[in-house]
Amino acid sequence: MTFFRLAFAAALAAGTTASAFAQATDRIKVGLMLPYTGTYASLGTAIENGFRLYLDENGGKLAGKTVEFFKVDDESDPAKAVDNTNKLVKRDNVDVLVGTVHSGVAMAMAKVARETQTLLIVPNAGADAITGPMCAPNIFRTSFSNWQPAYAMGLVAAEQQKHKTAVTITWKYAAGDESAKGFKEGFESKGGKVVKELSLPFPNVEFQALLTEIAAAKPDAVYAFFAGGGAVKFVKDYAGAGLKSKIPLYGPGFLTDGTLEAQGDAASGMLTTLHYGDDLAQPKDKQFRLNYAKAYKLQPDVYAVQGYDAAQLLAAGLAAAQGDIKKRDAVVRGMEQARLDSPRGALAMSKAHNPVQDVYLRKVEGHANKTIGVAVKQLADPARGCKLGT
Amino acid sequence: MDLATFLIQCLNSLQYGLLLFLVASGLTLIFGIMGVINLAHGSFYMIGAYMAHALAPPVAATFGGGFFAVLAVGTVLAVVLGYVLEWAFFSFLYGREHLQQVLMTYGLILVFEELRSLLLGDDVHGVQAPPSLAGSLPLGELMTYPVYRLFISGVCVALALGMYFVFTRTRIGMMIRAGSANREMVQSLGIDIQFLYRVVFAAGVAIAVFAGMVAAPVSSVYPGMGNSVLIVCFVVVVIGGIGSIRGALLAALLIGAVDTFGKVLLPQAAGVLVYVLMALILLWKPDGLFKAG
Repeated sequence: MTFFRLAFAAALAAGTTASAFAQATDRIKVGLMLPYTGTYASLGTAIENGFRLYLDENGGKLAGKTVEFFKVDDESDPAKAVDNTNKLVKRDNVDVLVGTVHSGVAMAMAKVARETQTLLIVPNAGADAITGPMCAPNIFRTSFSNWQPAYAMGLVAAEQQKHKTAVTITWKYAAGDESAKGFKEGFESKGGKVVKELSLPFPNVEFQALLTEIAAAKPDAVYAFFAGGGAVKFVKDYAGAGLKSKIPLYGPGFLTDGTLEAQGDAASGMLTTLHYGDDLAQPKDKQFRLNYAKAYKLQPDVYAVQGYDAAQLLAAGLAAAQGDIKKRDAVVRGMEQARLDSPRGALAMSKAHNPVQDVYLRKVEGHANKTIGVAVKQLADPARGCKLGT
Repeated sequence: MDLATFLIQCLNSLQYGLLLFLVASGLTLIFGIMGVINLAHGSFYMIGAYMAHALAPPVAATFGGGFFAVLAVGTVLAVVLGYVLEWAFFSFLYGREHLQQVLMTYGLILVFEELRSLLLGDDVHGVQAPPSLAGSLPLGELMTYPVYRLFISGVCVALALGMYFVFTRTRIGMMIRAGSANREMVQSLGIDIQFLYRVVFAAGVAIAVFAGMVAAPVSSVYPGMGNSVLIVCFVVVVIGGIGSIRGALLAALLIGAVDTFGKVLLPQAAGVLVYVLMALILLWKPDGLFKAG
């Protein structure tokens, strides 16, 4: 009896190791750390939808590997970020981390990824530092840096719109500061002058006092960085204060993305810059929008594109390493050399692992951000403070 | 800052202060009269704003009315909501420790946020001001001032006067004041204090919901909007003196001015000025400007 039990146990053990071994070679563990609750919930969902759409288009696999998902809701809370990241890295032993939306949370993820050498792909958060001083061989971004659309807008305001003076206004936090700085750099490099830099505490939305200051300063243009509910209220208050017809308002695409229905007429005619638009001409975008709408009964947005490209980039890295995620150097090289056919257009990684991409100029017409041109072709983030590839 | 700009900023601070008062008055009412700390008060403001957005189509279909019909229907619903909540949750909190009250009302915040997400999603919405108030008045050489903002200020003043009248000139106001001073005595005089509290609570909820509805066209409607309002409201209540409507009005106007001029003159410190003001006032008067009762 004992002999049988022993033999049975041995057989069972052998069986499990064999299957575990098989799992290691034909599976890849992806840890999704995204906001599934709170203000950014819809953005997290769009990113995951985009990621999964790429799998669906490729027979449910990533470079021939079956994907096992592990999900954590990051709640857009920087205080919980390190713990949440460690859950995926240490408890679930994921091969790749994908996240997130909020810059503060993404910085914590990057810190953990650096310490544990985990591969990280950032599908949204724009904090310049992630591909600046914090850059690392195992950290990639498929979205943007806060500097990119802001700098492009600065060039457009000075060169194309011929403005001489501008006022910037934003929330006083990392993303807002970086965006205002990027605009100033672009605007002043072409002879413009930022005469006033206004800010208010995040997430305060009492703009009236600052709008009065703008009217008193009488600049040629205003550059604003806000998102979500704050973006809606700012654009509406700006029009309500009667400034819209007298001082043109510019901003990165976040000011008018996913908010047009709520902004109504207050946003009409506004120019914004972003690495995506609702009506790009390339065939890849048309196909992507069709597939996405079919799969999720929703219109895709810039966040869905960034999630889709996160999956594309990972697939490129895996393919370069013959599907073995453990061959880290080969995976990283594959991702560095990838030329992605993104819905936004051709996409390549800079030396600091941030997208080199066209930044489009868009104009609000009706309830859509119509693409009217390219603000800057193939713009790369300067990656200040990054030691990679130098 | 030239004189014209200064005057416009004064108008801005007045309008912001009056709206703050509208939200905070319900909080101070419930706090002062029943001794309940209600963290979910900001959620009522959020519910009001979402009502202004979500009730418009059904109200238009049923009564054929616009924004003002929504205000009326929303207020009625708010009274019912307040009455039911008092019966189901808040009546268990009287005379308990503040920590227990904080725990339960915090739980309510989470429930309301989750329900909002399930029922109405996480998108941002705009609410149109009624056409009769959609214009704006010229102000200075560049700016205009939306008529709707003047309407908000007018509504706040009217409500403040109404509350003052109810509390000082009516029988029910007298009972409420007596009830907050000595519960047992009022009960032994044969007054149904349970019912009285329920009415006060429903009124407090209705004021917050109403404030949310009125503010919706200028503030837009978005997830998490109740939380930021809640914190400032607590500052108003503490500065004004717990339970004092008069104190809340004065404190709200003070905060409106400090916040507005702080953002302009001391932008680096704008986030903390309101709290510095609170600390200074509490050092000088630990019970706030006016003590209720």
